This record gives sequence, structure tokens and C-alpha cells, in this order.
Amino acid sequence: MSSPTTATRPSLISQALTRFDWRSNVIYIAFVVVFILFAIFLSSDGFLSTNNMLNIVRQTATISIMAVAMTFVIATAEIDLSVGSIAGLASVVTAMATTQWGLVPGIIAGLLSGAAIGAINGGLVALLKVPSFLVTLGMLGLAAGLAQWITSSAPQPIGNPLYVQIFGGGDFGPIPGLLVWTVVAVAIGWIAMNRTSFGRRVLATGGNPTAAAYTGIRTARIKFTVLLLSGIAAAIAGMLYAGRLESGRFQWGQGDELTVIAAVILGGTSLFGGRGAIIGTLVGSLFMGLINNGLILAGLDVAQQSVVRGAIIIAAVALSRKK
Amino acid sequence: MRGIVKSFGPVEVLKSVDMDIVAGEVHALAGENGAGKSTLMKVLQGVHPITSGTIEVAGQPVAIRTTADAERAGIGMVFQEFSLIPSMTVAQNIFLNREVRGKSGLVDDRAAEKAAREIFDGLGVTIDPKARVETLGTAYWQLVEIAKALAKNASVLVMDEPTASLAKHEVENLFELIDKLKSRGIAIVYISHRMDEIRRVADRITVLRDGRVVLAAGVAQLTAAEIIEAIIGRRLASDLVYRDRQLPADAPILLEATNIGSGRVLKSVSLTIRAGEIVGLAGLMGSGRTEFARVVAGMDRPTRGTLSIDGKLVRFNTPIAAQQAGIALIPEDRRDQGLVLDHSVSDNLALPVLDRVKSGAFLSMTKLRELTNQLVTRFGVKVADPYAPVSRLSGGNQQKVVVAKWINTRPRLLVMDEPTSGVDIGTKTEILDIVREFASEGNAVLFISSELPELLAVADRIIVFREGRSDRELPRDEVTSEEQLQLIIQGEAA
Repeated sequence: MSSPTTATRPSLISQALTRFDWRSNVIYIAFVVVFILFAIFLSSDGFLSTNNMLNIVRQTATISIMAVAMTFVIATAEIDLSVGSIAGLASVVTAMATTQWGLVPGIIAGLLSGAAIGAINGGLVALLKVPSFLVTLGMLGLAAGLAQWITSSAPQPIGNPLYVQIFGGGDFGPIPGLLVWTVVAVAIGWIAMNRTSFGRRVLATGGNPTAAAYTGIRTARIKFTVLLLSGIAAAIAGMLYAGRLESGRFQWGQGDELTVIAAVILGGTSLFGGRGAIIGTLVGSLFMGLINNGLILAGLDVAQQSVVRGAIIIAAVALSRKK
Repeated sequence: MRGIVKSFGPVEVLKSVDMDIVAGEVHALAGENGAGKSTLMKVLQGVHPITSGTIEVAGQPVAIRTTADAERAGIGMVFQEFSLIPSMTVAQNIFLNREVRGKSGLVDDRAAEKAAREIFDGLGVTIDPKARVETLGTAYWQLVEIAKALAKNASVLVMDEPTASLAKHEVENLFELIDKLKSRGIAIVYISHRMDEIRRVADRITVLRDGRVVLAAGVAQLTAAEIIEAIIGRRLASDLVYRDRQLPADAPILLEATNIGSGRVLKSVSLTIRAGEIVGLAGLMGSGRTEFARVVAGMDRPTRGTLSIDGKLVRFNTPIAAQQAGIALIPEDRRDQGLVLDHSVSDNLALPVLDRVKSGAFLSMTKLRELTNQLVTRFGVKVADPYAPVSRLSGGNQQKVVVAKWINTRPRLLVMDEPTSGVDIGTKTEILDIVREFASEGNAVLFISSELPELLAVADRIIVFREGRSDRELPRDEVTSEEQLQLIIQGEAA
């Protein structure tokens, strides 16, 4: 004979467990667990020092900014594989234009290069209905090649100290400029996703395109817009690379698209569209930075880092699938 | 609506349809598949512009060319499943694309939730506006749809088969809700195949046949038989006549189902099929016909009851197990479930029998060609190039490919779910002939169809499903007319 209390207790626990939304929360658990592990095992290597913490933020700022825009792209059930190459292209365009014509034209040229490629991506997807996977896969090679071609593979130094100060090289008082950039990007992204009609249209387009169209949403325009924004965000990331490293190089951003997409998916945004978690994305990209940082401090070489990083991402994504 | 004509190219789907919808009434719209019901509603909804005729709302002529026009005219649709975003909350769905904004210009979810709660309170239902739609049951989706239409100040609500996926008590709740909407002066267009529902909720009825109005009257003055007669009309003499196939009285029982139940829909089905017999399954949408076919074909596992073949109990865990036991299913939706549309006719035919077209470890092109030629000829598939995608064929020929593909696996029991939907009359006759020939070789057929003429033409015995149960069993010679069978399906006959 079981008393009512013993009968209800296990069901309450299992209820709590089934209610718990693994998909959206696994990233926070993973972040905390990995952070604690690194804090225990790497404290002698200076993992917990303020400087190291700020370094993680500095190194992930470009990823975070691209990932915020990528969250919108993935929430519409599209993908943008060209962000890394756009960043590289924007870094050289802005460096060359700043040297040639000065600060303001340099910034405009950098932004325009990203906007142009984003618009081409978006136009092909929205008007010609080419799958974004293919369009942006092609653009990945095209933009990277273009960046290498116009610079003849040479680095483009940026001599303008104000540019370096604004775009990632400098600090605002005690706060690193890159932290400010990250916070601003996440804040804008969060408000746009959760508190504007645009965000709703993005989620509706990804969640059920037929229903969205019946409700009067121009889904093609939404797809164009998110890919355009992703291009612009990637250009800003490239300009931040140029500022932090005081030069534009076609290699900047190479391979970032995979890190960015991993950060977004880890953060709880569904690859099938309809869900977009901006805060999750931020934690996802910080998580990627955390792993990089920890593995370097642990003294792993590049090949070993790559193996461990891949395994951790697979484990985290697999956990987030658990119902 | 006056003199509505809608043509697609040279084909007139609607031929001068008149319909008056009065505020505060429930107006049933009935007719067979293809009679023009859904086209008429798509016209109202702004999906198809009309070719000629006029639509007036409250005495004012309106042009409805887009969904936005329809919305402005106060016409709301209650779709079955299409118009909600599963990953968004109830309140976000209701106000999608017309978000409630706060002073700062940003979206105010709290205000939207409050407004949604007020709409639900007015309807006398409790739904949490913060819940994600995907976590709600089907009945609630429909309520959210209704709330979404009401939030747009719709004065006419079109409901297309609104009870198709509802359980019995949910249907009663819906009817109470419809009464409430009526008393608010909202007009409801109620599309349904079910006589009992039409008679329960509707004030007036319009029946369409071949794009024309054949009946428009108050429901109270009509009997179910009169409505059914209007829907069916007097059939032209057709090729769809029954041929008595003289089944030997001692033919062995091939499949026996006892009290099969599965999921929410299928409650208790018991039936037998003998070798050489064609058994017809009749019933309304949601009566459990498709669900039963899925259990027999091993797609779903029964939660209750037993299946036996040749007197031996069987339990299929996978469709492959059912296939090995000699059961083939021709599914309801041939584009999604029956064919690989982009592949060639030949590849589709070979798919279930790949092992038979091998030579050694590799596929033999010669054997593949032989198989294709043989099947295309035997089943009379009209195809210019059997190596071109099957998607280029007409619906009827596509269906022949599906039938050929499965009969070629040499099953002993062929389960066919709506095998002639979207198939022209000539091909339909041919498919029925194929079925008869297949059965005459000592095989059994379970033939599921909503089209009674073909059911009467092909089945030796008809089993009527109602609400998940095998309700009535009728030997072919006890069915005297289509009307009689329709009344039994509707549950109107004693």
C-alpha cells in the first residue's frame, strides 16, 4: 500500500524532468560545467584572471556579432555559410579604403562590401528560390577569392589610430571596446527578435512558411532581409578583426562560419526554423571561446584542440536533442 | 454572392453560383469532392480571383483579389492546421503580423496576452495565451484559429470540415461555441460531409454539384435522404457496375482481425477477409479506415486486439514484416507515400523488388528493362518514356504505377486506401479491372474508398466503419442503392 505522498513524489520529479526543456537550456549547463572544470584544472595557468576572462570576450566578439545575425537567418530556416569570407573581404576592403581615402570612407566601404554580398545572397534566395545552402556555399569561395585577388594575397596595414581605437583595438575606460561591441550587438538582436514585428515575422517564416504567407507576411522579403543583415554583421566582424589586428587580411574569418553556426545551434535555435534564442547564441559563442581558451592554456597543440573541440560540440548538440 | 464563375483555363469549375450568407446564421455547404466547394471558398478567401460575378458584403460590392482583401471584407477562415506557427505562443499567433505595440513602439506581449484572454473569455474557453501552440491538442488549435479570425473582426467565419480531427466531446464543445458566435451576429459557413452535424448546427444549406447550386433551403425542412440525393444526383449510367464474382463458399479465411484498436481514433475493429474476396471499407473521414489499414500493413502497432493470417496469430513490428507475410499497402497519398516522384517509372517499379533485378551483386540493366516493359504492358501504363520522371505522368497513370509496383511484389492481401482519388473515370475503370483480376487469382483485397459508386462496383462485401469501430457488415446483394449505403455511413438508417 502506498500513501498518496509517496505515490505523487516520483511523478512530480519525472514531471519536472520532462517539463525541463533540454534543447534551450543545455548550453547554460554545458557552459557552467566546462567553466568549473577549467577553473579547477587550469587555475594555476591563470584561467580565472580578469585578463584571461576579458581575452575570451575579445576573442569571441567577432563570432558573437556574426552569430547574432546568424540566429535570424537560421530562425527563418535558412543558412549563411559565407559569413567568414565576408569578414575577410570586409577587413581588406576597409583597410585599403581607409589608407586611400580616410576613416569615414573606409568604414562605409567595409559596410558596403558586406551589404552587397548579403544582398546578392538574399536576392538569389528570395527571388530565384535557390537554396541558401548553395548560394552561400558558392559565395564562401567567391568572397574569399575576391579578397585574396584584390590584395594579391598581401596583408593591408591600417595606419589610422582612430580606426584601431574604435574597431576593437582600444578600450573605453576599463572596458574593452570589443565587449561594448558584443553587448550592443546582442542587445539590438534581442530587442529585434523578441520585441519587434520583424522578429515575429522572422520566426513565423521559419516556423510555418505557408501559414506566414496566409497571414500576409512577405516571406521572400524576410529571407532577403535576414541574409542582408547577416552580410552586414559579417562585415562589421571583419572590420573588428582589422582593428584588433591592425591590418586587413583575406585570411581573417576563414572557417568562422562553422564556429558561428555551432554557437547558434548550441544556443537553442532550431536548424529547422521557428525558434531564435539570442541570449542562447551569446552563451553559445562564449562557450566556443571558452573551450578554445581552455584548450590553449592546457597546452594542447592545434590538432589536439581541433579534436577535443569537435567532440565537445557533438556531445552538447546530442544532449540538446534529448527530449 | 451572385453569379460566381470561376474557370481555370478552359475548365469552368464554378458555373454561376449564387449564395446568400445571412448574419447570425450557420450556412452549411455540401457537395461531393470536386463539386466546387473548396474553389468557392478559395474565391471568398482571396486565393483565386473570380472570373465573373459579384460579391457583396453588407450591400457593398467588394473586390476580393488577395487574402488581405478578404480580411478587410471581414471574412475569416478557420483552417484545419495550416495557419498557425507551432513554435510561437497562442497570443503571438493570434496577433501575428498585427502585433500589439506599447508606447515605445516595441511589441507588447503582455497586452497581446491580455487581449487574447479577453477573446477566449468571450468564447467561454480556457486557453493559456502564453502556451506554445505546438504543446496544445488539435481541438485547441482550432479555437486559436477562431480567436485569430475574431481578433481581425471577422463577420463571416468559414469552417472547412471543422470536426474532422476532433473527438466526440470536443465536437459538442465546438457546436456550443458556434451557437455562441451566432448569437453575436457572426455568420458561419460550415463545410461538411456529415449529415448529422449539418442537421445539428446549420440553419440553411447550399448543395453544389458540378459547379452549380442544386439545392438551397432551410435545413429544418429537409431530411437527410433529400440532402444526400441532392449531393449525389442522378448518376449517369457508367462503367462502374458490379459483376458478381461467384466466390466459392468454402474459400479459406486469409486475414482475421479481432477487436483491433490503436491510438485515439481506432477503437475496435473485427473483420475477416477470405482468399479471393474484395472487401470494401466505407466510412466518414476520421472513422478509422486509414488507421486500420496502417495497422494491417505494419505501419502502426495495435494497442488492442489480434491479427491472424491463415489462422495463425501475427504481430507486425515493421512494414517489412507485413510485406513478408504477403501484405502490400497502397497508401492514401501517392505523391508523398506511394512514389519517388523525381525518379523514373522504371526505378519506381523496381524499388520494392530490387533483389529480383540483380545479377550477382549489381543491378542488372537488362533485367530492369525486362521488368519495366512487362509491367508497363500488363498494367497498361500510358508512358512515353519509362525512364523519365514519374511526376510527368497523369494522376491516373501514376496510380497505375503504384498498383503495378505493389502487385508485382506478389502479395496475397492488397490494402488500397482511396486508390482512385484524383484519377479520371477511364483509368478508374481500368484500376478496378486490375483489382478484380488480382482477386480472381485467389488473392484478397481490402478496398477503402469514400466514393460509393466504385465501392459498390468492386466490393463483394462492404464493412462500414463508424467512430473507430466496424459498425455494420453488408453483403453486396443487401445494398440496394448508393443512397441506402450513404445513410448507413452517416448513421441515419436503423
